[in-house]
Amino acid sequence: MSVTTDAGARPSERPAQGAAKPPLLSVNNIEVVYNDVILVLRGLSLQVPEGEIVALLGANGAGKSTTLKAISGLLKTEDGEVTRGEVVFAGERIDGTDPDRIVRKGIFQVMEGRRIIADMTCLENLRLGAFTRRDAGVKQDIEMVYEYFPRLKERTGLAGYLSGGEQQMLAIGRALMARPRLILMDEPSMGLSPLLVKEVFGIIRQINRDLGVTILLVEQNARMALQAASYGYIMESGKVVLDGTASELEGNEDVKEFYLGGGDERRSFRNLKSFKRRKRWL
Amino acid sequence: MNTELLGQLLINGIVVGALYGVVAMSFVLIYKASQVVNFAQGEFLLIGAWTCWWLLTKWQLPFIWGFGFTLVFMTLFGLLLQVVVLRPMIGEPIISVIMVTIGLSIFFQALMKWMFGVFAQPFPPIFETGQVDVLGLRIQTVYVMSLGISVVIMAVFAWFFKFSRMGLAMRATAFNQQVAQSLGISVRTVFALSWAISAVVSSVAGVVVAVVNGVSSALSFYGIKVFPAVILGGLDSVVGAVLGGLIVGLLENFAHFLDAEYLNWGNMYQVAPFYVLIVILMIKPYGLFGTKDIERV
Ligand SMILES: Nc1ncnc2c1ncn2[C@@H]1O[C@H](COP(=O)(O)OP(=O)(O)OP(=O)(O)O)[C@@H](O)[C@H]1O
Ligand SMILES: [Mg+2]
Repeated sequence: MSVTTDAGARPSERPAQGAAKPPLLSVNNIEVVYNDVILVLRGLSLQVPEGEIVALLGANGAGKSTTLKAISGLLKTEDGEVTRGEVVFAGERIDGTDPDRIVRKGIFQVMEGRRIIADMTCLENLRLGAFTRRDAGVKQDIEMVYEYFPRLKERTGLAGYLSGGEQQMLAIGRALMARPRLILMDEPSMGLSPLLVKEVFGIIRQINRDLGVTILLVEQNARMALQAASYGYIMESGKVVLDGTASELEGNEDVKEFYLGGGDERRSFRNLKSFKRRKRWL
Repeated sequence: MNTELLGQLLINGIVVGALYGVVAMSFVLIYKASQVVNFAQGEFLLIGAWTCWWLLTKWQLPFIWGFGFTLVFMTLFGLLLQVVVLRPMIGEPIISVIMVTIGLSIFFQALMKWMFGVFAQPFPPIFETGQVDVLGLRIQTVYVMSLGISVVIMAVFAWFFKFSRMGLAMRATAFNQQVAQSLGISVRTVFALSWAISAVVSSVAGVVVAVVNGVSSALSFYGIKVFPAVILGGLDSVVGAVLGGLIVGLLENFAHFLDAEYLNWGNMYQVAPFYVLIVILMIKPYGLFGTKDIERV
C-alpha cells in the first residue's frame, strides 16, 4: 500500500532544480519498511535530471541499496514496501509497480554484487538483458557492448568463471542491452582493483555521454563517484543529509573529512557524526 | 543365452527409457522453474491419453485432430492448474506444496476412473502395418513412432532452452528469481508456462504409451518411474533427466532378462531401478549430472 500523505508534495509544487524541466526521476519523501516492521528509509527525497549522472553516497547500512530497490521495485522481492511518499518516473507514479513492469518502463538496476547468471555464457547473459525488447536492434547492441568491453567477446565459457571485473563489465553490458532510460548502479567498484575501478568509471561516463543514459550511481568510493557525477546526495540512516553539485560536495569540509579522506584509504565510518541537512526540498 | 530376447528387450529398454526421459524432463522443468516437486506428473499422461482416446472414439475424430486438440487442452489445463492451485501456494512451506501435488494426483486418478471407468481401453489403431524391419530386426511400428517422437521432443527442448527468449528466461528464473525479475522477466508467467509445457509434453508421452498399450490407470506409474530417473540424473539437470530415463528403461529390461533367464525371482523388473538408485545416491549424492552451484565471490 502506498498512499500520498500530506508530507509528500506534488512534483509540480517543488522548486525545480536548475531548468524548469521536471526531472526524469523524482523520489518524494519515501518511507520504506521491510517485513512490515523494519523501518529503513525515513522520508528520503531525491531528483535525477535526464541525461545526468547523479551520485548517492553514504556509509554502510545507510539505505542506499534500499533506495535503488524502492525505485526499481525489487523491494517487493525482499518483502519490502514503500509505505509513504511516491516515486515518479517520466511523469508517472511507479511505486508499488512490479519490478518486471518497471524494467519495461525504462529503469534497469545493476544490483550490488553484479548478479550475473553464473551457469550461462556471456552471450546468453547479454541476450537476457534484452528480454523486454522485441525490436531488431538486439544483435547490433550485442556488438556495441563488445565494443565497450572487448574482453567479454573472448570469453566463451560460463559467466560464473569470469573474474570479478569481467563480471562487473558483463553486468553493465547486460543493462545496456535493455536500452533503459535510467540505470540504477549499485557499487560498481566493489571488489575491483584501483586500475579496474578507473576503467569501469571511464566506461560509465562514456555510456552516459554516448548513449544519453541517465545514471543514478550508488558508491562507497566517493571520490570516483563525485568525479563522474554532476550532482550528489549523501545519506545517513535512511535520510538525505546533504546534497549539492559534485564540485560543491567535493569542496565541502565534512565530506572531505568523512568520505574523501586521504588517498585511497577510507576512514572508519564508526565515528561519523550526523550531518545537519542544510537544504530542504520539502 | 537367448540373444533374440536380449535384442528385443534392449529395444524395449531404449523406447521405454526415452519415454521415461521425456516425462522426467517435464518433471525437472517444473522443479527447476518453480521448485515444486510434482507428484501428479503421471496424471498428466493419464489425462492426456484419456482425452485423446475420448476424442478419437466418442467423436470419431481423425488421429491428427484428436491429438491436436489434446495438446491444446493440456496446455490450457497445465496453465490453469498452476494459476488456480499452485500460484496461491507460492511462499508456503515446501511440504505443503508437496501435499497439494499428492492430493492432485489422487484426485485426478479418481476423476479419470469416475469419468472413463476402471477398465483399460484399447486405442484405435493408427498405423496400417504392425511391424517394420529395421537393420534386420522386426520392430513394432508404434515403437519406431514412439522413439521418433521422444527424440523430437528432446531436440525441441534443447533448442528452446538454448536459443529461445522464453527458454533463457526460464533458465534465468531457475537460477535466481530476483535476478530474473531485475531483467524484466515476470516469474509468474514463467511458472505458469513451465506447468503448461510440462503438462503438454507429458501428455504426448501418455498418448504414445496409450497407442502401444491402451489407456488405463497404469499410465500414472510413469509419474513414479520419474523419481529414479531424475534422481539418477540429478534433480536440476534436463540432460541428466533424459539419460536417467534411458538408464532406468534399460535397467528394467535388463533386470527382466536376468530374471527370466536365470534368477526366476519375479518382479525384478519393478524393483531393480530403485536398488540401483540407492547405490548411486550413496556414491554421488547430487546424482550423475546434478550440479553444485558455481560459487565465486
Ligand atoms: N531484505 C531486508 N530485510 C530486512 N532488512 C533489510 C533488508 N535489506 C536491507 N535491510 C536493512 O536496511 C538497512 C539498509 O540496508 P541497505 O542494503 O539499503 O544499505 P546500504 O546503504 O546499501 O549499505 P551497503 O553500503 O553496506 O551496501 C540495513 O540496516 C539493513 O540491515
Ligand atoms: Mg548496498
